[in-house]
Amino acid sequence: MSLAACAQAPAAKPKSASASPSSPKLAAPWTTDPYPSTYHAYPGVPTLVTNVTIYDGEGGRIDNGAVLFADGKVVQVGQSIAPPAGATVIDGHGKWVTPGIIDVHSHMGDYPAPGVQANSDGNEATAPTTPEVWAEHSVWPQDPQFSRALMNGGVTTLQILPGSANLMGGRSVIVKNVYARTEQGMKFPGAPYGLKMACGENPKRVYGSKGREPSTRMGNIAVDRMTWAKATEYKRRWEKYEKDGGEPPTRDIAMDTLAGVLDGKILVQNHCYRADEMAIVMDMSKEFGYHVSAFHHGVESYKIADLLKANNVCAAVWADWYGFKMEAYDGIPENLALLQKAGTCAMIHSDDPNGVQHLNQEVAKAQAAGRRAGIAIPDEVAWEWLAINPAKAIGLSDRIGSLKPGKMADVVLWNGNPLSVYSRPDMVWIDGALMYDAKDPKRRPVSDFELGQPGEGDVK
Amino acid sequence: MKRLLLSAAALIAAPAFAETVAFTGGTVAVGDGSAPIPGGTVVIRDGRVVAAGAGVAVPAGARVVDATGKWVSAGIVASFNTEGLYNGEDIGEGNDTSARTSPFHAAIDVSVAINPMTQAIPVDRASGVTRAIVAPDATGSIFAGQGAVIDLGADPMPVTRARAFQFVELGEAEERRGETRPGRYAQLHDALAEARDFQHSPATFDGRGKDALLTRADAAALLPVIDGRMPLVVHVERASDILQVLDLKRQYPALKLVLFGVSEGWMVAPQIAAAHVPVVTAALANLPASFEALAATESNAGRLEQAGVPVSISTVDVASEGGQRLLKQYAGNLVAITKVPGMTGLDWGHAFATITSGPAAALGMDGEIGSLRAGRRADVVVWDGDPLELSSAPVAVFIDGVQQPLTSRQTRLRDRYLNPTEGALPKAYDR
Repeated sequence: MSLAACAQAPAAKPKSASASPSSPKLAAPWTTDPYPSTYHAYPGVPTLVTNVTIYDGEGGRIDNGAVLFADGKVVQVGQSIAPPAGATVIDGHGKWVTPGIIDVHSHMGDYPAPGVQANSDGNEATAPTTPEVWAEHSVWPQDPQFSRALMNGGVTTLQILPGSANLMGGRSVIVKNVYARTEQGMKFPGAPYGLKMACGENPKRVYGSKGREPSTRMGNIAVDRMTWAKATEYKRRWEKYEKDGGEPPTRDIAMDTLAGVLDGKILVQNHCYRADEMAIVMDMSKEFGYHVSAFHHGVESYKIADLLKANNVCAAVWADWYGFKMEAYDGIPENLALLQKAGTCAMIHSDDPNGVQHLNQEVAKAQAAGRRAGIAIPDEVAWEWLAINPAKAIGLSDRIGSLKPGKMADVVLWNGNPLSVYSRPDMVWIDGALMYDAKDPKRRPVSDFELGQPGEGDVK
Repeated sequence: MKRLLLSAAALIAAPAFAETVAFTGGTVAVGDGSAPIPGGTVVIRDGRVVAAGAGVAVPAGARVVDATGKWVSAGIVASFNTEGLYNGEDIGEGNDTSARTSPFHAAIDVSVAINPMTQAIPVDRASGVTRAIVAPDATGSIFAGQGAVIDLGADPMPVTRARAFQFVELGEAEERRGETRPGRYAQLHDALAEARDFQHSPATFDGRGKDALLTRADAAALLPVIDGRMPLVVHVERASDILQVLDLKRQYPALKLVLFGVSEGWMVAPQIAAAHVPVVTAALANLPASFEALAATESNAGRLEQAGVPVSISTVDVASEGGQRLLKQYAGNLVAITKVPGMTGLDWGHAFATITSGPAAALGMDGEIGSLRAGRRADVVVWDGDPLELSSAPVAVFIDGVQQPLTSRQTRLRDRYLNPTEGALPKAYDR
């Protein structure tokens, strides 16, 4: 089957009008990979950080510990590790080591800096459902915002999503926070795609103001359901073709994405603020047989923490944003802590090129709000909100999101406790390659856009 | 036990009158740029600060708040925001920030629109913000109107100073897409010239004429600006634009300028310092978010301070969706970057001043608010730790010497949903 997929272009038609029994069948188009990643890890040297406080990203902590990584992978994490021959040894006294931060909600590259209309490519706001668009086809790999997330924020992996103007905004892409000449060069190899969906105010405002459906919340859900019904039929037709042969169904790029969701290959990332709307969306997902991987923003998640846990749905939230629109009116700083208390898969996210630079600080604020509410969350457990939990939400928890042997060596060395306002990254490795070093201007990326501009190469 | 007692004190219904209070044993942060004082004392009486520092005597009969293990600081002054003007950024109903089709611009006075009951005020008050400098939005003209200074107290009288400044918008904002830079500067110069004409001959001023750019009310509002009795706050970002604004003083020497935004301020820091103009900037704006901010850096505030420019910070240019309580985090970051090679930050005392006495001084009000120096309004916050640290929060807030409630809709919702499931009655009955 994979050989057939390689042998045929996805949209190829059989030569004869009626397929002969000997012609190989087309693969279901949502299983193909027409825009493959060309990312490669840069060379690193075996590196041992010693005498350091470790948050491993899965709730574990080691004081005065050691982390060894080589060949792009974590090799060993423990109290004491003998340095292998040729390894670079870094004394981490007074410093902390963590897995690289994962931000599951970003529009960097799609809404880059500078924020000019010509590069404002995050929302295909021309129809309420545009699952046919892919965020990766808008990513500007020279966006200066990527460098700030790396150097100031210790962010190593990002999910870039279409915006929330549409009920179904299109596919997200997972990228390594490593500059490249092309978007494909940043793309995380083999990562699952996401589908951006949105509830609430944004879609009905955008289309209601054009006199189109949807203009109400009930219109939002109705259009979603009609679209899922079509996707179900489309998927059924491809399954029938796979089983019985004959003429393959007409290719529909939009339906490919939705069929991929129904097939469990593409993860739903659902923008949603209100608790009651999230409950409706979870019922809709059961109606059509798909699963919501995470609700994003989830300002009212704390009101249904038990339902989220029961449905195995993650919540990606802000630490303290509230009040800027009606559906954000009930935001509280204890949101994350209350989710943790209920055992929900919870995480911080940014949705902002400034906020992405201090997600560690956002977690510290949420942790402190929880403590004041009587919910004590240790530092090392709070770090799950930046590491293993976001990795789960994007289907990569077996490859990133913690300092465990065999995982990708996305590592940050901080110049103090990363949950203090006074700490910043000292060094950041991605796949074991040193991509930022605060003490070495040569390890400070400057995008094409900033080259030759005022402030070029300055510490930002 | 001490913490419990202090928390209990914080929860007691605030007396409606100011009293004599001594805060003892805590680390004192005066807010004037000086370093924190361990084991200090702050005394307030009749709504004013008596003294703050080491070795201050506790007056007989004073209520004593034991702040051992805590910090006692000046209240935060939140610069150039919309506190009290609307219910939410994207909630149009009840929004009093701008008047797109009004015939008035410079004459607009936000003090008449302050609602001390908006949701954000109790939230920010409980986070240590005691005063806010409220600016109107500019739409339809570069002149946004006259801003106000307010307190965040629980009483219904929030205005500390009405018509505290005039706000001018010279940035590349979306709303002014059709206007060119030369057009905006022509408008600025012409308006000031017309105000001067009005000053000389008010009876003959043709403020209602078809071609007039200024109404009579607008011209009258600009008189104190050209006389230097009212600060002129100008939002500007680009280095060359900053120089253009500073040049206004050649023609109007009495102008009391304040620069706001100034992402590229560091590039012309010596000129700003020489002009003795205070700056209110964003602590964390470091992206080339527009072509007027190509050189933006987190080191902006530190470099300006090193050049001798009085600096304070605002939530402008960085996300403000969390409210004005973010200011302490931003100030903390200015301290953090002192540890990053190549970055220029501020020491703790000066970072804290950027959100306390600095904003007050920019408007000439630092004799009244913004620090714990003797004689100032008694805006005092007791914190459970370093005010700039992410883990800390107020355990008591006083405004004008009156202790304030620390509850808000947010604390009520938190308490309602500590357990998300319904009990014997619907959630609506949990209060």
